[in-house]
Order: sequence, then structure tokens, then C-alpha cells
Amino acid sequence: MAEVPEPTHRRRSHAGTRDLERYAGLFAERTTVMRSSAMRDLMAITARPEVISLAGGLPDTSTFPPQSFAAQMTRIAQESAAEALQYGPTEGFEETKDCILEVMGAEGMLPDPDDIIVTTGGQQGIDLVTKTLVDPGDVVICEAPTYPGAVPVFCSYQADVVQVECDEDGMDIDALEELLNQLRAEERRPKFIYSVPSFQNPAGVTMSFARRQRLVELARANEILIVEDNPYGLLRYGGEPMPPLYQLDGGDFVIYIGTFSKILSPGIRLGWTVAPPPVMEKIVLGKQAADLCTSTLTQYFVREYFAERRWQRYIDDLVEIYRERRDIMIEALRNHFPAEATWTEPEGGLFIWATLPDYIDTSDLLAKALRADVAFVPGQAAYVDGRGRHSMRLNFSGVTADEIREGVRRIGEVIAEQVELYGTLTGERRAPEPVQEEKPNVVPFRKVEGA
Amino acid sequence: MKVAVLKGGRSLERGVSLRSGARVEDALERLGHEVLSIDVGADLVKRLVAEQPDIAFVAMHGVGGEDGTVQELLEILGIPFTGPSAAACARCMDKVQGKDAIDEAGLPTPDWFAFNQTAFREFGAADALGRLEETLGFPLVVKPSRGGSSLGVRFARSPGEVPQALISAFSYDDRILLERFIDGRELAVSILGDKPLPIVEAILLEGDRYDFEARYEIGRTRFACPAELSAEEERAVVEAALGTYRALGCSGFARVDLILDDEGPWLLEANAIPGLTDTSLLPQAAEAAGLSFEQLVERILDLALHPATA
Repeated sequence: MAEVPEPTHRRRSHAGTRDLERYAGLFAERTTVMRSSAMRDLMAITARPEVISLAGGLPDTSTFPPQSFAAQMTRIAQESAAEALQYGPTEGFEETKDCILEVMGAEGMLPDPDDIIVTTGGQQGIDLVTKTLVDPGDVVICEAPTYPGAVPVFCSYQADVVQVECDEDGMDIDALEELLNQLRAEERRPKFIYSVPSFQNPAGVTMSFARRQRLVELARANEILIVEDNPYGLLRYGGEPMPPLYQLDGGDFVIYIGTFSKILSPGIRLGWTVAPPPVMEKIVLGKQAADLCTSTLTQYFVREYFAERRWQRYIDDLVEIYRERRDIMIEALRNHFPAEATWTEPEGGLFIWATLPDYIDTSDLLAKALRADVAFVPGQAAYVDGRGRHSMRLNFSGVTADEIREGVRRIGEVIAEQVELYGTLTGERRAPEPVQEEKPNVVPFRKVEGA
Repeated sequence: MKVAVLKGGRSLERGVSLRSGARVEDALERLGHEVLSIDVGADLVKRLVAEQPDIAFVAMHGVGGEDGTVQELLEILGIPFTGPSAAACARCMDKVQGKDAIDEAGLPTPDWFAFNQTAFREFGAADALGRLEETLGFPLVVKPSRGGSSLGVRFARSPGEVPQALISAFSYDDRILLERFIDGRELAVSILGDKPLPIVEAILLEGDRYDFEARYEIGRTRFACPAELSAEEERAVVEAALGTYRALGCSGFARVDLILDDEGPWLLEANAIPGLTDTSLLPQAAEAAGLSFEQLVERILDLALHPATA
């Protein structure tokens, strides 16, 4: 037997491995879908500790009681160590599905447990569904703006991503219908419509009931699947609950993606997908290939957590905290953003979407904001075609009240400088006064022509 | 030898700098040096004083690390360091200063006008825009005076696009320049010691040629090294680049960016600390000259310790 040499370095020497040229010829075409490095580098700086980051998308896990966490993990260790450390079924444990049924039941959905697969976060659901349905060049329709984390998934399967404008009532269904007609004329069949209908990431808007009904009807009439991503549905701070698309459709043409990330913890990486049986069969095969099964340990954790029967109370606590933070952010926006800015006032979720005058590019503004130690996500990240340059996504769930106030104040200050400079450049206007009085309800988006 | 690698810092190019630094550290380890890795922050001087490195390898880009600030500290501490002196770095980092020096040396650089924010905010510089737009013509280029990786660089194709381009550029620096656009081939000449390395050409494969971001996206720009130039073109380009290197007082290494059109080379700027990542142009040029990355790093150290060998 050959002798194994003793490792001599504390870490592998990267001799040549950083030499991109050697590997470039081996990369698959789908890996070429990359954001510009300048933008990536800018986002990297937002992680500096002195920066108040409104760029994140994090739930506040500091509110989860550590003693409860400790008790559950101890119980698992004492009572089911061997099982919890073992592989599990690809579809997930029945007990996990029972928890999922409870969560979906809370929003009025009653899926068949056999239609459910437990996934490694909701993100894996997006990946598996796309892997199952999309060939290179297939059309995937999504909202404009859309969840920035979904775009790389669609692109990695070489989908042709087409975005449909949103307004304050969610995706513009007239525009969608027009797009579907146009695609039909071009003999291109879209594979699915991806939507975050409630408290959308990044726009914070919620699709109206009428549009939900029309969307489901359109999907049925055109025999296209809808992929409903609903991570925030239970985080509602105001207004009336809306039925999920899955409930309206009954699960024939809607694939549903859920997650424990925003109602319990993103660290446990536990989500789920609900799909009609023939689609589910393929998804299960994809899941097997990807990672065999979702973490057994964290599934046990969820089971224990739900057995305590306090999960809804914890969501109630989160709703209280997030509602206050949302209100504080809206108040800060009123106090510190210029009169020409608009923003959404979400009834739930984690994000507000603000739009600035069209001479301000939010990617450039971020560079200026970082000098003031504050960060946000430039709107461009939510579009595939370079639009969104004048908008920004602001997160209020993962930051304290003081950070929200100070962060928004700082952003407002750098915007004010830009606005004033633009005024002196064009002679159009003098320096603006921040608006103090109550704003009329804001119009977040440009209405689509003909909508 | 104990080599302190200075990287990171707070500039907008922190990410590139960390990649440059990591690659340099690997090479130094393979060369058998003792590496002291420093992500530059408030404790920089304290650490340098405590650790007493033989030399500092500056792998920082952008404001703070490439503008002479860190170099000035190293000069005060008496620690030899790689790359140009503090004064040369300051001249290279500031495109306006750089263009002044290039122009004074009698070298061709596209016409330009420089402004700081005060000129617009307090002295009504906007009223002069029309006249200088007439001089420069359209399209024109608007750049922050200090900045790298093309951040904040914008084209304006008409007078209406100028204010927005100015706002973008002013996001990165208080001083900007408006520059005549030269339609030609984009070339980069890396200089090591006093010797030019093979010339790199950036060739845009797809997308809007006025879209600067395209130039930095993998797959949208191809780099040819050595660039295909006639002997005469090559001589003119190298001469212009060396002239710029000297005019700015560079030593050790630098990369000179220029555009070549029918009239000859037009000098844009010199980069005092060009990127050293696996996709950067200086290492590519060195490789074309037969120098491995380790050999390049060793040579850079040599030049810093024994400037006479240049």
C-alpha cells in the first residue's frame, strides 16, 4: 500500500488553484451567469461591523428563547440520538409533514401529506422545481421586481427570465395576459410563473384578491404552473388575510413553497414544497440526487418545537416586534426621505421598497451611503435586465429600532445631497426640505401602460 | 524574510484587494517567506511596530491603500514596501493630478475639465457646462477623480445625460472630470521595474460599448495578451506608457491604461497598485513574459528592497 504523506501545511497550498485560466475551459455554460464583480464587492463591504445594514433579509432570531432551544436539543439527545443522527426519508418525516400541515392550515390550506416534500430551506424548493421543469431556453415568468435569490436559480438552469411589472396590488395580470398571448404567438410556452404574492420580497406588496383569482384562472386556462413562494404569509401586521394561490386553485396548477425560516429559524434550513403527484415524483428524484434527504436533526428539532404547542405564540411575538419596526421605518422615511421619493407600506413581511427620483442611481448611491456607514440593496438586484436602478430594498426585521431610525436618517442625508446637487446642475430647483407632514398614501410603482 | 501583506481596508475595492492579498500570501509562502497577513484597520501601526516585518507587500486598491496614505505611514515607520512611493501613489490615484502630470510631460491625454462639488454648489459651475460640452463633444466620459474598477464612470451621449452622470460620479468622489471620448482600442501596459511587460488589450465581446460594467463581467470582455499591434504601434504605446510611468514618478511596478486610435496612443491613467487576482491584467502580462506568479512576486520584493536593480 502506498504510504500516505504526512500533511505538512496548516492549510492546503493553493499552488495554481487560483489560476482561473486553468479551469475556465472546463466551466459549464450555466456558470457564466454572474453579476458584475464591482457590485459583488460593494455588497461585501456592507458586512463591516460599523455599517448599519438595512441590506439584509434576516429574521430576528435573538427573540427565540435559548432555554427552549436547549431543552428541545437535550430531549432529542436523550431520547432519539441514534435516529436523529441517521439519514431519513427523501420526502421527509411524516412528523415533519404534520407540523407543515399545521402551518399551512393556519392559512387555510389542506394539502395531502403525500404531496409534500421537506426541503433544505425554501430555496431548495425553488431549485428543485426549476430543475424539474426547465430546459435551457424555456421561459420562466416572474414579478418585476422579483426575489433577488430566485434569479440566479432560474439563470443557472439557463431559463429565459421574463419579468411582469408589479404595482401596489402585486403582479399586473393584464400585462401577464398580454405577455402570455405574445409568447403563444411566438410559439414559446412558459413553464411556470413564479410569484411571492404576500408581502413580496423585495417590493413588500401583496397581490389583491381579484388578481389572485385571475392569476389562478389564467394558469388553468393556459395550463401553466404557478410557483407560489410564501415565506412571509403568517407575518401579517395589518389588513385582512388573503387566501394563498394554492388554496384558490386547490393544488392542480399551483406548486407551493413554504419555509420555517421566517417563523422559526433560517439556521435549521427547513422548508417544503407541495406539488401535484406527477410533478412531485420528479422533484423527489431531483432531491435524491441533490442531497438524499433534508437534515434529520433539524427535522427532529421542529417536531419537538411544535410538540410544545407554542409555535403560534412565537409568531404572534414576531408580528408584534416586526410591526413596530415597520412603523418606525415608515416614520423615518417620512422624516428623512425627499418629497419625490415613494415607498411601499407593506402589511407584512420583512421589506420596504423605496423609489427615488430617476436621476439617482441607487448602486452609485450605495457607494456614497457606505461612506456614511449605512447599506441597502440597490434595486437592480431584483431585475434581470438592468432596471430598478432608482429603487432600493430596505429591511426592517433584522435591525433594532435605533438602527432603523439612524440608518434611514443617514440614507436620507446622502439622498438630500444628491437632490440638491441635481438642482444646482439643472437649475431646476433648490435644496428640498424634508417632508414632515403626513404623506398621502404612496404610489410605489409606475402603473403599466394599458393596465 | 518576514513579509507583511497589507490587504482589505475600507475602500470600495476591499473585495478585490482581499483576493489580491490572498494570492500574494500563497505565493510568498511557497517562496518560503514568513507571512504576516494584515487586514488593514485601526491597529495597523501598532501591529507593524510590534511585528517588525522586513518588508510590507501592499496589496490594497482604492482610497487609503493606493492613494499614498498607507505608503506614507510605511515611510514614517521606515519599513520598505512594494510598489510606488507615497507621492507617486497620490498622483496615480487622483486622475486629475495624473492627467496634469501626463500633460506637463508633453504626453497625449484626452482633453478634460475637472470640477469639485463646491464649484457646482457654490460657484454656479453648471453655467459653464454648455461651453465645455461644446469643446469636448459627445459622447463624453464622466469619471470620479479618485476611484477604481470603473466605479462611477459614466458616458453621456447628450447634454441631457450629463447631470445624471455627474451625480453618479460625485457619489464616489468630491472631484470629477469630464473627458473627451476617444474611440479606439483599449490597452494596458504593465511595467515592472523599468521594463514594459507584454501589452494587454481588452476586447468587448458583447453588449453596449458605453456600458462600463460590461467590461468587468466575465464572458463579456476578452483579454488578448500580447495585443496584436504593428511594430510601430507597439513602440509608440510602450514609449507613451514608460513616459507616463516616469512622469508620475512610479517605481517598482504600475499599470498604464490608454486608448489607441489612428492618431496614436491617448493616455488615460496609471494604476499604482494594479490588481493581482487571477483575472487581473498585471499577472497576465507577466505570464506572457514568461514569469510565473511566484516569480512576479519575488521580483516585486526585489525591486522594493534593491531599487537599483530596476
